[in-house]
Amino acid sequence: MSEITREQVQHLAGLARIALTDDEVTSLTTELSQIVDAIATVREVAGDDVPATSHPVPMANVLRADEAGETLTHAEAFAGAPSHDGERFRVSAILGEEQ
Amino acid sequence: MKAKLMDFDKALELFEPVLGFEVHVELGTSTKMFSAAPNPAHPEFHGAEPNTLIDPLSLGLPGSLPVTNETAVRYSISLGLALGCQIATSCRFARKNYFYPDTPKNYQISQYDEPIAFEGAVEIELASGRQVTVPIERAHMEEDAGKLTHVGGSTGRIQGAEYSLVDYNRAGVPLVEIVTHMIFGAEHDAPELARAYVGAIRDIVLSLGISEARMERGNLRCDANVSLRPRGSQQLGTRTETKNVNSMRSVERAVRYEIQRQAAILADGGTITQETRHWHEDTGETSPGRPKSDADDYRYFPEPDLLPVEPSRELVEELRAALPEQPVARKRRLKAEWGFSDLEFQDVVNGDMLHVVEATVAAGAAPQSARKWWTGEIARVANERGVEAASLVEPAHVAELQRLIDERTLSDRLARQALEGVMAGEGSPAEVAEARGLKVVTDESALVAAVDEALAAQPDVLAKIRDGKVQAAGAVIGAVMKAMRGQADAARVREIVLERAAG
Repeated sequence: MSEITREQVQHLAGLARIALTDDEVTSLTTELSQIVDAIATVREVAGDDVPATSHPVPMANVLRADEAGETLTHAEAFAGAPSHDGERFRVSAILGEEQ
Repeated sequence: MKAKLMDFDKALELFEPVLGFEVHVELGTSTKMFSAAPNPAHPEFHGAEPNTLIDPLSLGLPGSLPVTNETAVRYSISLGLALGCQIATSCRFARKNYFYPDTPKNYQISQYDEPIAFEGAVEIELASGRQVTVPIERAHMEEDAGKLTHVGGSTGRIQGAEYSLVDYNRAGVPLVEIVTHMIFGAEHDAPELARAYVGAIRDIVLSLGISEARMERGNLRCDANVSLRPRGSQQLGTRTETKNVNSMRSVERAVRYEIQRQAAILADGGTITQETRHWHEDTGETSPGRPKSDADDYRYFPEPDLLPVEPSRELVEELRAALPEQPVARKRRLKAEWGFSDLEFQDVVNGDMLHVVEATVAAGAAPQSARKWWTGEIARVANERGVEAASLVEPAHVAELQRLIDERTLSDRLARQALEGVMAGEGSPAEVAEARGLKVVTDESALVAAVDEALAAQPDVLAKIRDGKVQAAGAVIGAVMKAMRGQADAARVREIVLERAAG
């Protein structure tokens, strides 16, 4: 059993800007541990000789014609934004450098 | 604090520069790389208001899914072929994970170990005639990020900003990133090579018609890697990466600056920090950005929302057959066809006027006439207004202007007036000439009368001409041209002056 802590779940929720109740933190701590364990099992099976599967469906070249479609209005775009100036999204001061 | 710089020649004496470039090209498709939102790099959508060219995918909204733009794939293959690259038979997209507000998905869709094009070469010709082959490692497809404006603080930069504003119009614009292998042996030509390389990429992109390639608009962006190693050493030095240098002249200056800066540090026994650096156009310096290790962990993994792209060999051959002439070959051909001297041709190339002169010649003007208009009057006005010459007037109108001169409908002076009208949007040269009443006086009797009057007014000049001092005629010609308000053919006036003086 992996060691996912309540603190880690709370930290993750903070980063993802999701408010969690104590009960939710408890259940997510258990569930995330199970997910991490499941992945650990897969890791035991997959050796260097097994190529990683990225696309389970054998298809390629699903392409789109270069034709403009609909755009969002400012009202739609900003509907879920915590802050904006009417034209642009407003975000907290950025500490790091652009990538 | 100003960085210490070593004299450039001295730096080259002690160290060998090793270069590498990453050039991003924004493709001018109608829509974005993975969604149908309009592309701000397409001429139709220039100057759109912030956050108007966006759809759910541009904002990374939950549930939105990417679909690859077919035209962007075709453009990428054409660009790969023009760079002499092989085209992958199959390639996947990958997620490059990083947390930054310009990329709302928290990852950029790019290509990692499976670029669409790889292993090519670009031939560069320097002003000295020296030929350099720049080896291309790869060209891969990806999407651009949004644009941040830092507010508060004194400089508009990240440091000291109170908050930032984000415009996602640019998020998702199709990009091709072209990465070179390390370039050895550039030596003293390193700064010029940097400029020439970016120029070559720009010419290739323009000839393919896949991007407007305007550096000042960010259609073409160059990151320049520079490292030095002591003469005779086989071991590579530590490199810096100067980001987003936005003019060809700046690329040249930034490379020269980095060579001089790094040489001064190394000669003092210091070490180079592996980092990104920012170029400052105003001071002509670079400043440190963020530390960059080779092991940058972007946790790349194959993009599960997009299927692989497998260009058919038929498509690749179709695009190969449609490739335009290579820029270097084209330059050589045009120079020979036009019969320009080295200096004349260099003027055209340096002024970035190859394509407009070519179009003017195609529209019927003699090459020398086309060159004189573009590098003369039009370049002068463009400089004055701080705009691109090509934006002022259509090549076909320049050809028409010259035709009006050749037909003796307009004098040089009248043609310049007509050009002024054309640049002011008053119509074609013929329309402007008509509307402004610009026309060479061809009425011989009127000319003769004006000449006689001018000669009578200047008897001393008449005497000189009769004494064989033909150059004195200039004063009379000037008076006649003035009387005709410039609307006479000066060559014809001269003939009449000499005839009447003799008579």
